Amino acid sequence: MSSIDLSRFHQTFFDESLEGLDTMESALLRLDVGSADAETINTIFRAAHSIKGGAGTFGFSAVAAFTHHVETLLDRVRSGQRQVSQSDVDLLLRSVDVMRCMLKAASSGDELDAAQAAAVQAELESSLDSDVAQAPKVQAAAATAAPGKPRTAWSIHFVPKPELFASGNDPLRILREVSAMGAAEVSCDPARLPPLRAAEPDLCYLAWTVKLEGEVTLEQIHECFAWVEDDCTLEIVALDAEVSPSPSPSPPPLPSPVAASAPAPAGTAPKRPSLNVVEGGRSETRDKAGEGGSIRVGTEKIDALINLVGELVITQAMLMQQAGQLDPVQNERLLQGLSQLDRNTRMLQEAVMSTRMLPMDFVFSRFPRVVRDLAAKLGKQVRLSTVGEHTELDKSVIERIADPLNHLVRNALDHGLESIEERSRSGKDVCGSIRLSAAHQGGNILIEVSDDGRGLDRERIIAKARERGLQVLDSATDAEVWQLIFAPGFSTAATVTDVSGRGVGMDVVKKNIQALGGQVDIASQTGHGMTVSIRLPLTLAILDGMSVRVGDQIFIVPLGAVVESLQPRADQVKSLAAQGHVIKVRNEYVPLAELAQMFGIPGESSGPSAGILVLMEAEGRKIAARVDELVGQQQVVIKSLETNYRRVRGISGATILGDGRVALILDVAGLVRLFSTQAQAA
Amino acid sequence: MSLRILAVDDSASMRQMVGFTLKAAGYEVAEAEDGVAALQLARNERFQLVLCDVNMPNMDGITLVRELRQLPEYKFTPLLVLTTESGQDKKSEGKSAGATGWLVKPFNPEQLIATVQRVIS
Amino acid sequence: MSTVINESSAQAAGGMTTDMPHEFLTFTLGAEEYGVDILKVQEIRGYDTVTRIPEAPDFIKGVINLRGTIVPVVDMRLKFKLGKAEYNEFTVMIILNVARRVVGMVVDGVSDVMQLTPEQIRPAPEFGSAVNSRFITGLGAFDERMLILVDIEKLMSAADMALMDSHSQALQ
Repeated sequence: MSSIDLSRFHQTFFDESLEGLDTMESALLRLDVGSADAETINTIFRAAHSIKGGAGTFGFSAVAAFTHHVETLLDRVRSGQRQVSQSDVDLLLRSVDVMRCMLKAASSGDELDAAQAAAVQAELESSLDSDVAQAPKVQAAAATAAPGKPRTAWSIHFVPKPELFASGNDPLRILREVSAMGAAEVSCDPARLPPLRAAEPDLCYLAWTVKLEGEVTLEQIHECFAWVEDDCTLEIVALDAEVSPSPSPSPPPLPSPVAASAPAPAGTAPKRPSLNVVEGGRSETRDKAGEGGSIRVGTEKIDALINLVGELVITQAMLMQQAGQLDPVQNERLLQGLSQLDRNTRMLQEAVMSTRMLPMDFVFSRFPRVVRDLAAKLGKQVRLSTVGEHTELDKSVIERIADPLNHLVRNALDHGLESIEERSRSGKDVCGSIRLSAAHQGGNILIEVSDDGRGLDRERIIAKARERGLQVLDSATDAEVWQLIFAPGFSTAATVTDVSGRGVGMDVVKKNIQALGGQVDIASQTGHGMTVSIRLPLTLAILDGMSVRVGDQIFIVPLGAVVESLQPRADQVKSLAAQGHVIKVRNEYVPLAELAQMFGIPGESSGPSAGILVLMEAEGRKIAARVDELVGQQQVVIKSLETNYRRVRGISGATILGDGRVALILDVAGLVRLFSTQAQAA
Repeated sequence: MSLRILAVDDSASMRQMVGFTLKAAGYEVAEAEDGVAALQLARNERFQLVLCDVNMPNMDGITLVRELRQLPEYKFTPLLVLTTESGQDKKSEGKSAGATGWLVKPFNPEQLIATVQRVIS
Repeated sequence: MSTVINESSAQAAGGMTTDMPHEFLTFTLGAEEYGVDILKVQEIRGYDTVTRIPEAPDFIKGVINLRGTIVPVVDMRLKFKLGKAEYNEFTVMIILNVARRVVGMVVDGVSDVMQLTPEQIRPAPEFGSAVNSRFITGLGAFDERMLILVDIEKLMSAADMALMDSHSQALQ
């Protein structure tokens, strides 16, 4: 019976084991079968080894038994007894899946696909058996003698090598242990002791003889000396006849703390362990204790910190604003202090923000497996490359970008890349390529999914769009045509496959990305492939904005959406019959959005040439918004309007200005859409 | 002053289990997640016993034992390696590197304490 | 705003009833006096400059910055077409915590905090108050005063308040 409840360690074990499985998986995927890199093999082995050790310790015997086979296979690879093959990698990957299921089942009590686990285990066993047949020598030396019968009297002559101390062993400790097993008489033999002056204090010169009486087996005696058997001469002689087996043998007086289980005798294959569906049970007490190196902090704490820093930034901006009116000569030191405060506040904000940042690898790392499995299913050959996996992104953005990216990658593989035959017919490398990249660009992150497949088919998309009742001009630009695939229910695939035709279309991808304040753009070249670019804010908490005034209200325009601002001339503005106004900017007619009118703000501007036009772009479309004044550029902390209110068309959120007032942030993509529906409705 | 033990394992759950068990038994315990970290700790502080896993990244347990034995402060200190039943050869490897003995995984808290008490009291 | 425990209610609370008295914040709208559960009230503050929100009904004045949180403000006088919706230094807002949201409510005036025992609360008859009777939980009566007790959470979550998206109303 354990006095310590091991379930308190279960959560840590599950967490680290699942991490270990991820490590195994990614290492297996990058393993070059032809010339397996020793360090990669070691990494895989170590992960399996740790899982097995932990599973054994914490009582998950089915996991331990299964992992034992995996470990054995890996150990043979590691020691060069086995050449790793592609089918080994496949088998190991499937084993990783099984282990993951087993761990999840053990941690949550979910059902385990026992049949699948048993099948993979059987495969592992037969694969290992074929090795043994070829190399029967393994472990032959490990055979242990049959357990001896207890005797009542022993004579033990123990002559340690002089260097015994150097192994940290203490002969007296061993003698105490031996003596504790029965009635003992210990005599010391000082024959080897040199003259005192010549004696080295580090060396052991003494030898001992123990006469031991009591029911003790030879194994029990050997166990006491197990750690020093190579560092001594040991003679053990039985002084009596064998004890006749008593009807009820008394238990050994000293339960052995070491060598809890003897090695399996050679030749006998281990019995197939039965697979329990749920083992270990749920851990009742989940220990959330931190592990060295880093501490786990709840995101709500970090968010509270970010909010506080946001407040600090606002207060600081307010102070700066007030200080602007002070005499710079008289208040030199105050102003110096304020500008120092400004720098420190920004740095603090950045530092706090960085605690929420995670590398893109967090998402990218899942794709080698996804692509590998999917390619196999589709019978395609694919090379996946990733670039910029260390690019950092806010945790909340990362979590919400994973699904859209998954969809895009699957799409690229399923619809973008041609079949092997088609590729070879058109003279392409039969092995297609998919590239995932991430890079910082200003205050944004640019994530791209590219393939070298067939690219988009302009004519087919237009035909399909018209079939669905969408209006498309023949003169539409490519960028506009490509945007059509984001229309709800739009799919260009001739056949719906079970890979990407799952009812989640590109429209959902786009909606998810827009919900993050991002944009999606497509570049495509027929026959050469396509690239989907996703531009996202690095964080959902801060925005580089341009503040503009409309009437008595200040609005924030995301700087990334601003193309330029211009003074309108009356002759630039054209009135389109019943469709509002457009403005001609460099040979392009852009719809004119009268913000004051759209938002119902009593404004001062009147006439076509009043105010300033801010040219904004989203989703490949532009609008020109009329404002009264450009106030300035500033970084603003984004606050949700929906926490206490609701969504507002054309507005993505709010922020707090230096004077403590609230300013709304324009949703440029929303405005573009709003405007085009208004124009259509008119 | 209570006896100080250094527990070295790359597995956090094993470190927690060993650390918790030994602390409950009245020892002071420091933890390290690989050989490199352990060696650094051992150089700065004195431990009366080091328990180390064999398979670890950066520096494995066998190398750690060998390195520790080179340090004058650890010339005679008990160093135990945590092996597995399948790791027979690791026992002798550990021994020849200078380990005092071994403890075979999986072990339970009672076996751990019994083994520790065997070498330090 | 000081909290005044009415003497008569204190006596009532000390009476034979073992039922816990309930505390209500009372406010006036036109000629009527209303009471809301004090536990729903976060604070009372003066009227701030609001930022108008596009496409909002006139009784939603806009949003304010309440220590870093964006909080919408509803003017009940406009909502129920009562009194004169003036904004001066005496205009007050009751900041409410309802349906896991924070909402500001402008009223004619805030009176005091009153304790009502269950027997002082009568079921509301159908009558023509400004607030629709489906949001009225009862009438509180003592002395000469009659208090209309409002389920402020239900009222603020109602669709015609236009404070929440329809999907979040569905969650209520």
